[in-house]
Amino acid sequence: MTLDAHIPSGPIEQAWDKARFEMKLVNPANKRKHTILVVGSGLAGASAAASLGELGYKVRCFCFQDSPRRAHSIAAQGGINAAKNYQNDGDSIFRLFYDTVKGGDFRAREANVYRLAENSLKIIDQCVAQGVPFAREYGGMLTNRSFGGAQVSRTFYARGQTGQQLLLGAYQALERQVHAGTVTMIPRTEMLDLIVVDGQARGIVTRNLVTGELDVYFGDAVVLATGGYGNVYYLSTNAKGSNATAIWRAHKRGALFANPCFTQIHPTCIPVSGDYQSKLTLMSESLRNDGRIWVPKQKGDKRPPSQIPEDERDYYLERRYPSFGNLVPRDVASRNAKAVCDEGRGVGETGLGVYLDFGDAINRLGEHVIRERYGNLFDMYQRITDENPYKVPMRIYPAIHYTMGGLWVDYHLQSTIPGLFVAGEANFSDHGANRLGASALMQGLSDGYFIIPYTVGNYIATHKFAKVDESSSEVKSAVAGVEQTIDKLLSIKGKRTVDSFHRELGKIVWDECGMSRTAQGLEKAIGQIRALREEFWQNVTVPGSGDDLNQSLEKAGRVADFFELGELMCIDARERNESCGGHFREEYQTTDGEAKRDDEHYSYAAAWGYGGADGKPMLTKEPLEFHYVHPSQRSYK
Amino acid sequence: MKLTLKIWRQKGPSDKGKFITYQLNDVNPEMSMLECLDVLNESLIERGEEPVAFEHDCREGICGSCGFMINGVAHGPLPATTVCQLTMRHFKDGQQLVIEPWRAAAFPLLKDLVVDRRAFDRIIEAGGFVSVSTGNAPDGNTIPVGKEIADRAMDAAACIGCGACVAACPNASAALFTGAKISHLGLLPQGKPEQDRRALGMVAQMNTEPFGSCTNIGECTGVCPKEIPLEVIAHMNRDFWQASWKEREDLVQTIAPVTSWSNKTKTKS
Amino acid sequence: MSTSTVQAFKHQAPSFWQSTNGKKVVMAVTGCILFLFIIGHLLGNLLVYAGPVRYNAYAAFLHFDDTLLWIIRSVLIVAVVLHITATVQLALRNKKARPVDYSRKEAINSSFASRTMYWSGPIVLAFVIFHLLEFTAGYIHPGSQFIRGDVYHNVIAGFSVWWVSAWYIFALILLGIHLRHGIWSMFQSVGYNHKKHTPLLKKAALVIAAAIILGYISIPISVLTGLVK
Repeated sequence: MTLDAHIPSGPIEQAWDKARFEMKLVNPANKRKHTILVVGSGLAGASAAASLGELGYKVRCFCFQDSPRRAHSIAAQGGINAAKNYQNDGDSIFRLFYDTVKGGDFRAREANVYRLAENSLKIIDQCVAQGVPFAREYGGMLTNRSFGGAQVSRTFYARGQTGQQLLLGAYQALERQVHAGTVTMIPRTEMLDLIVVDGQARGIVTRNLVTGELDVYFGDAVVLATGGYGNVYYLSTNAKGSNATAIWRAHKRGALFANPCFTQIHPTCIPVSGDYQSKLTLMSESLRNDGRIWVPKQKGDKRPPSQIPEDERDYYLERRYPSFGNLVPRDVASRNAKAVCDEGRGVGETGLGVYLDFGDAINRLGEHVIRERYGNLFDMYQRITDENPYKVPMRIYPAIHYTMGGLWVDYHLQSTIPGLFVAGEANFSDHGANRLGASALMQGLSDGYFIIPYTVGNYIATHKFAKVDESSSEVKSAVAGVEQTIDKLLSIKGKRTVDSFHRELGKIVWDECGMSRTAQGLEKAIGQIRALREEFWQNVTVPGSGDDLNQSLEKAGRVADFFELGELMCIDARERNESCGGHFREEYQTTDGEAKRDDEHYSYAAAWGYGGADGKPMLTKEPLEFHYVHPSQRSYK
Repeated sequence: MKLTLKIWRQKGPSDKGKFITYQLNDVNPEMSMLECLDVLNESLIERGEEPVAFEHDCREGICGSCGFMINGVAHGPLPATTVCQLTMRHFKDGQQLVIEPWRAAAFPLLKDLVVDRRAFDRIIEAGGFVSVSTGNAPDGNTIPVGKEIADRAMDAAACIGCGACVAACPNASAALFTGAKISHLGLLPQGKPEQDRRALGMVAQMNTEPFGSCTNIGECTGVCPKEIPLEVIAHMNRDFWQASWKEREDLVQTIAPVTSWSNKTKTKS
Repeated sequence: MSTSTVQAFKHQAPSFWQSTNGKKVVMAVTGCILFLFIIGHLLGNLLVYAGPVRYNAYAAFLHFDDTLLWIIRSVLIVAVVLHITATVQLALRNKKARPVDYSRKEAINSSFASRTMYWSGPIVLAFVIFHLLEFTAGYIHPGSQFIRGDVYHNVIAGFSVWWVSAWYIFALILLGIHLRHGIWSMFQSVGYNHKKHTPLLKKAALVIAAAIILGYISIPISVLTGLVK
């Protein structure tokens, strides 16, 4: 199989314009005759559904939560990037494009990233118009803060709740369309299979999470905007409900899965405190603007931080990366934190933590300025840890936060199944091997507001849609398959809970396919995951029935998919014999411990085809070409 | 630490519910309230019983999914905190916690501690937006928004839609929720053109749902995880009577509340 | 997998009066009228300390023109009727809004006054009826003969009966509690709330309510203690 990314020819600055011009349009009167199914209601899903609704399509939007406003985009704290150059500090579309490609360690598609940087301008305008209360200067102009991996100030924010405000903007646009009758919102509903008829995505099978009913919805195109798969690790900053089921079931129906091993570890999370822990809490990267990261120079120094004098502290990021300092990209910051903890210099009871110290900033700016900037984050930290970060340095440690990998899509965000589009974190497209801070919100909204509405229209205009026969074998077998899985899960009645399996799976993947990986460890992990999966299907216990609200059953189905996806992540990581971005293979590092890429052999996106329950996944490579940003050893020194 | 949890259990919307008492002997004070329920649920599942259904998602206090009454207070004793961030160190060893779902006619109970809050979505649908279609927007700095206005709008916009205000109100009123959105958008120049329509539409929908009336007593703001002030309710009242006065034609329509969850009667194509 | 379409059923919005917010505005406006009456009435009452001649002259002045008096009385009656109708309707609605009660519910952020409006109101109403029957109509006048026109005599004679005074004082304290919430709450209902002003307003409400009540109950106390004869 060869993959055609459909990148327009010609200069990159004109690529998207050219692509849009070449797209076929759907007559306004005909749009309402086409149904589009949008699965997921986060930034990408809600913005896509709302924009498609505005154009006049008949849209059905699904989410598993009780309201579209609860999607996990809401938890993004720090901000959203845009190349507005309002600060006059030398930013431009090209610089944002450059920073993102470089930040992604040269494993992203140039044309996609350029379009993302272009769209960033319109996103801010759109959100402001919707009433997103971005932070402002006294004079009424938009203000910015800095984020990792960039030397310009281009991050727009709404206190520490930027994701929430952007999502509410998209949610309000969505509700406006619900009111107008173009979008039907179907909450508390989970997609459990994709219906492919004559090679085209034509519908989905869903389970109503309240009544347990299985329903079939037909449409002319399906948009998956279901987020990432960080919950494979069990402990992550993702919401408890975030899951990979929709993309995984689509993968099983033929959509290729690209770069599953590219996962992002966020450097600033509150450290794990006990084995009951259900999730990890992120502290925004924006804190690194004013906080200084350090550990004691001395191994095993158990003195409280206030008693460690200045010259016995190691500000290791400032020391190793003088030009970016505490604002190095996430993968670099995380890896360095792990390294100092591995040396035995970690702080806190578990030794898995480093200090994020605001002492200097408070002395320089005053406590009120710090409170103004980060007040809600400090409050949250104090609520969770019972320590006052205005007085005592925060303790932080890296945690799984984002997954760059996802379903493979072309320039049109269409997967390898015609009619199946994938937007936001669920696709693999824009971040390569590492995502820069404040770029996830940007990508979700760029996909949803400014790409999907065009490309889905082009697909509709260029294809024919015969009515799908409800009694066709494709539909029946899809429903039957879902029924079987549910019945099976309920009938095992073994001894172990779903969570106990999930926890164990997470530990395996975190240990061997987390912040650093080795071929040997990955091999071991694959074996362990397979064995655990086998045990799961024989020994899991799911109480209750399938006919009502059953949270254990929901979890069981999701964890079953995490097993298969976790295995693919390890396979992909083992296959990629290089270090790049979030994927750090211990065998491949420079003498001073930085990631060592192998552009000659691995400058490609690894797109995997489903290999059957116990078969082998098939790898297809999409070569990456760099015409504008020349691949180099990433340096933040 | 040891805790006694007295939890409301109810199988389904039309079943009769009752309190069941559970003893927990090994609660870590660092746990969150939800993690405490996780531990209880794990032990229930191992015993072959159905776990306590409760809503939760982000566990960072921002998605608004979680929430229940603990000893008669929505989200429990700690101010400005959702139950997912409420750590057990705020309770005393040996204490009994009475855990009850939000109770309101507008929030029909689905199971155990899970209630249906779609009424909130319908209120937003009735006007809680700025009518700007994708692509319509001028440059973000075209209309300056003074810092103070932006900050006040943000204060109101911080609402997470958890429903604690309704749960804590003796009248089960949704005034704080509705006022927060009217206030957020009404303060900003971008929301001004639709100010009247928004107030009329949202207030009408709020009144169509079986919420009670606001009696200005302030229990809502006391339990609000985002400490949204009563000021937003005044803003709603002001916008509403002014818009009612100016209204030239009765154009506002409301949607009948839906309580069914089955999709069997809806179109699938 | 049926294919019938269910349209969201839309209907006409509730009118201003039908909406809870509209009713609260009506309550605020009528409450304000009644509040102004209470102040005016108090100022008049305090003339009792100026002696029978001036007090009775003031009472006669109120009856200067019967038409005018009845216009003012009508306004007050309409205000009372609207205030009560709105309250009763809202109370019934609020009862329905929580069909299943909590087994345990704590008040953590509301004043005693605000939570007791529903029963301070009715008791004050009962008192007002009694008060009108005693001092305006003279149907009930325990302990002495009601003399139309000699208001001073009626007041002194009325309050000389200890339980009349006690009932008066009790009802007035409830009125004070009612005002304590009502005075600032009416601003909230018509849409005035300000981060700095409202806390002052709440304090002012307490002071004004207390001053009014002290003013009123000083009269029966003066009568009982013999300060005013």
